Amino acid sequence: MESAKPKYLKLSGLEPLIITPDSNFVNVGERTNVAGSKKFLRLIKEEKFDEALDVARHQVEGGAQVIDINMDDGLIDGKEAMVKFLNLIVAEPDIARVPIMIDSSKWEIIEAGLQVVQGKCVVNSISLKEGEDQFIHQATLIKRYGAAVIVMAFDEVGQADNLERRKEIAERSYRILVDKVKFSPEDIIFDLNIFPVATGMEEHRLNALDFIQATKWVRENLPHCSVSGGVSNVSFSFRGNNPVREAMHSVFLYHAINAGMNMGIVNPALLEIYDDIPKDLLEHVEDVILNRRDDATERLLEFAETVVGKAKENKVDLSWREEPLQSRITRALVKGIDQFIIEDIEEARLNASKPIEVIEGNLMTGMNVVGDLFGSGKMFLPQVVKSARVMKKAVAYLEPYIEEEKKKNPDLIPSEGAGKILMATVKGDVHDIGKNIVSVVLACNNYEIVDMGVMVPPEKIIQKAKEEQVDIIGLSGLITPSLDEMVFLAKEMERQQFEVPLLIGGATTSKAHTAVKIDPQYSQAVVHVNDASRAVTVVGDLLQKETSNNYKKSIKLDYESFRDKFLNRTKQKEYLTLAEARQNKLQITWNAASIKKPNELGIQVWEDFNLEKLTDFIDWTPFFRSWDLHGKYPAILKDEVVGKQATELFEDAQLMLKRILDEKLLKAKAIFGLFPANTINDDDIEVIPNESSKSEFIFRTLRQQLKKRAGVPNIGLSDFVAPKETGIQDYIGCFCVTTGFGTQELAKVYEKNLDDYSSIMVKALADRLAEAFAEYLHKEVRTKHWGYAGQEILSNNDLIDEKYRGIRPAPGYPACPDHLEKITIWELLDVKEKIGVELTESLAMWPAASVSGYYFGHPEAKYFGLGKIKQDQVEDFAKRKEIKLEEAQKWLAPNLVDS
Amino acid sequence: MKNIEAILQERILVLDGAMGTMLQRYKFVEEDFRGERFKDWAHPLQGNNDLLSLTQPQAIAEVHKKYFEAGADIVETNTFSGTTIAMADYHMEDLVYELNYESAKIAKKVAEEFTAREPHKPRFVAGSIGPTNKTASMSPDVNDPGYRAVSFDELRIAYKEQVEALLDGGADVLLVETIFDTLNAKAALFAIEEVKEERNISVPIMVSGTITDASGRTLSGQTAEAFLISISHIPIISVGFNCALGAAQLVPHLEVLSAKTDYGVSAHPNAGLPNAFGEYDETPEQMASQIKEYLEKGLVNIVGGCCGTTPEHIKAIADLVKEYEPRKQTLPV
Repeated sequence: MESAKPKYLKLSGLEPLIITPDSNFVNVGERTNVAGSKKFLRLIKEEKFDEALDVARHQVEGGAQVIDINMDDGLIDGKEAMVKFLNLIVAEPDIARVPIMIDSSKWEIIEAGLQVVQGKCVVNSISLKEGEDQFIHQATLIKRYGAAVIVMAFDEVGQADNLERRKEIAERSYRILVDKVKFSPEDIIFDLNIFPVATGMEEHRLNALDFIQATKWVRENLPHCSVSGGVSNVSFSFRGNNPVREAMHSVFLYHAINAGMNMGIVNPALLEIYDDIPKDLLEHVEDVILNRRDDATERLLEFAETVVGKAKENKVDLSWREEPLQSRITRALVKGIDQFIIEDIEEARLNASKPIEVIEGNLMTGMNVVGDLFGSGKMFLPQVVKSARVMKKAVAYLEPYIEEEKKKNPDLIPSEGAGKILMATVKGDVHDIGKNIVSVVLACNNYEIVDMGVMVPPEKIIQKAKEEQVDIIGLSGLITPSLDEMVFLAKEMERQQFEVPLLIGGATTSKAHTAVKIDPQYSQAVVHVNDASRAVTVVGDLLQKETSNNYKKSIKLDYESFRDKFLNRTKQKEYLTLAEARQNKLQITWNAASIKKPNELGIQVWEDFNLEKLTDFIDWTPFFRSWDLHGKYPAILKDEVVGKQATELFEDAQLMLKRILDEKLLKAKAIFGLFPANTINDDDIEVIPNESSKSEFIFRTLRQQLKKRAGVPNIGLSDFVAPKETGIQDYIGCFCVTTGFGTQELAKVYEKNLDDYSSIMVKALADRLAEAFAEYLHKEVRTKHWGYAGQEILSNNDLIDEKYRGIRPAPGYPACPDHLEKITIWELLDVKEKIGVELTESLAMWPAASVSGYYFGHPEAKYFGLGKIKQDQVEDFAKRKEIKLEEAQKWLAPNLVDS
Repeated sequence: MKNIEAILQERILVLDGAMGTMLQRYKFVEEDFRGERFKDWAHPLQGNNDLLSLTQPQAIAEVHKKYFEAGADIVETNTFSGTTIAMADYHMEDLVYELNYESAKIAKKVAEEFTAREPHKPRFVAGSIGPTNKTASMSPDVNDPGYRAVSFDELRIAYKEQVEALLDGGADVLLVETIFDTLNAKAALFAIEEVKEERNISVPIMVSGTITDASGRTLSGQTAEAFLISISHIPIISVGFNCALGAAQLVPHLEVLSAKTDYGVSAHPNAGLPNAFGEYDETPEQMASQIKEYLEKGLVNIVGGCCGTTPEHIKAIADLVKEYEPRKQTLPV
């Protein structure tokens, strides 16, 4: 007997999905179906596979446990699209974790899909429509490919449209599959055809009820199998009246699930909660679905008129102001509302015997709720920073009273906070958005923050740490030279016998660098922390007496083993000598025709550029990332988890941006130059500042040395410029843009008002504007000033995806990690004199919201990462650049093989 | 002679250890790999261990013999890279049938000698089917995630040739092993099903995946349970893990398999994790003491060794498993 032992439908993507009687209804995502989604069809037709992937990702994030993929459309090559899309999905772990439903009416598309997915899929669908032989043949192959199958209630005669036909076809299909094909019964899913009701046609009255009863019969008589269906069909006749449709879906599902339907395609946005359906509507809908009255359809149609378009009222709800004091304070903190905080705090102060009690009692109670919500992923970073703003205002209001209390009671012992943390961006580095966010979040958790700002020299950090007797030192940095500063500080702390833990963070830092370079220098705990929520846990573990020692020990061990593993791994890579790498350079066949002489040679300066022109060029995705909200813009605004928060943040950003533009609070400037140039001696680019001039500048580029697969070149930027010996005159450009003038002043104003949220916002926006400016200028250069791409028409997304000819790599970034080249650009363009952007001792640009780089125009120029290089290249580089070997080693340290 | 399915119900079976580690002891150089037959081959052949079945068959037979002497019930054929896809590196695609056929024959002859000598302990030959050097569900090019270096059909055809030759040469079991990418394994299983259908035979199949690192997933990203579900569609005698990890690191993943499958469970771990020089240095005693945990928890039906293991390791394991009952197995219907 097949029913002896329970057997469950088991599917897999990267992770398992097992459907048991205890499982909730399995929701199949249907937006990746060209037949059901116009948007998806358009994306596939236009080959916008990246955006199509976002659709899939959005569904998985929204809770789809299986995703249905269908490419059946007359205007696309379904087989090719299916294979391409599935191959791309497999490379996205956040999508590929769920099983795939391969949906097509064409067998060749189904089979092509089955051949590219490693997990156990569902085939949607096969049926007896073309007869038993084909049914058996397809089922045998599906079994061999290791997939489950949806069987449509369809046979040689046609589609089952009543209870008896559904039972008959289901049973016949089941017996063939189980007895002849030896298909596992638990891998069979029946689609018993959901048809619309309330169409006005007499023969449709039983459509829903027949489905529900057929489901019950199948689940009781055909052991182990499942039942599925597309739910939205049932309400087809009420298109345009969403409240009624939502209620119909919900009622239908309620009864179908009770009868045994365990999976299906449902749009979660079109689903009301069964218990929330108003009683009268529920009654009318149930009459129709269950065919309880002869006049059910007419009555629902009539009733539907009254339901249509009841817009939800949108009004600020202030009822929470009636709640007790503590819940008001907690709410203000959780929601980040500062409107009433002063009056509530005053009330709390009057109730308290000492003003400090308000902080330790009322405010900390509220902040603990914030901390818990953040820790459990129910609140997001921008909200926490807003909470901090409310907290700071409240504390500022209380401070004079606390001071007064101290004067009255000089012996009063100040109560102990959770701990004191010094935060600093290291010498030579000016980037502080991440550091400020971590500071704010830690402050929210009752830690006292000693924030030393940016470009802080090590001796100042040491001195301050001693004066303030801090419990932890946190260092941040964004550019690579900052890594050395951190190593230096760790050595210094060791020499001076510090015992406090050292936290390392910032975009350029990594666990690998921390473990290999910093941790060995300092015998106390060193921890790499790169996001604000982890910072709280790490600091907690480091400072709590009960956990502290064990945690420090385990961290030390963890970094040690990580270091060992890392060092072992790096040894196994093979590198070429510099001479060999040069032998294997990118070979471009040079001809004068592929090189365009710039329309405007020489240097141009743009003073006070109109920022409004840049708003369309902003890439918003990194903006959200700087607030720890991860996802692609604009999809992130509708994201199931962070969408609400992202939308709010985005609205705040738009307001701030509008203010910046209206009041001209930031100033944008640019300088760029286009020059004749040729590559000399493999890796150097000789630049002639103007055609009459004899003096020359030389850009020194670096070349990849990692051994490549056969046929893959070892690239250096110089490969993109014609060598002098070809006799062909080539060209190069370089530039610097800034939108940073005014940022610091504006941020300070907000900080003074205790508004870290707005202060961080200003800096994050300035950074985005600078990037947008670089993008804008590059476009102008391509299409006008250099003019090699006169025909180019690209959307902002295409720009973000770099779908244009030519590149603008920046010194200090992967293609040319050497920051020293910035000095050459500064001298060539006279950047400091002309637009005022300066270089710090670590060669960071000041103001921070600035971008600089080169322009390469050749069609084969592309972005690449230098990767690790060997000592021979460093020596050669030092010689070419006429600097000391030690200096070259210092600047290139992050790229040295043995580092 | 009892069939392997029946014996699996009675006791824990011991699989052999590493072939490569043992062959290193012979210190074969280019000329040894070439032998007389391939002395003029246009491409370098050192490192093509599978080829030694043709050029140094004595050595291969000797290694099998040592493992049987140590107590192994099953030895693996010297065919880890025996597909047209993996042999393309040496331009030896045309030799694939012969390599597999001869390798199976060598192992079978040694097995038969031992079975004749000790009929109470029959010895088996598992045809080793490796992952090939290409992956069907991952792109080798980070800039082009949709690209694939090999297709399902190319893999299926290559595996089919290997399977036919292994069976013709006398393999008793087929072992699809060191699975980095489940899709490759599914192509191998598909090929095996085709051969079974065409020849109207049944063949015991073992499947063994590889958890590549501490993430607890295969290289292609699947969890242990997702891997299990993806390969459970055809009848097999065991599913398990081998390579990449040592015995200790495999425990949690074997626990998942043991709890979730009705098939037998196998493990052939490495001799620990590689040390700083990329060598495996877990001693037989150390490894056996780790494997003891499997046995006490009743996790396995078949156990052996992968990289870095030797007949000494296998002897330590074989001596140990005698004391224990096999993992309770509900027969698949």
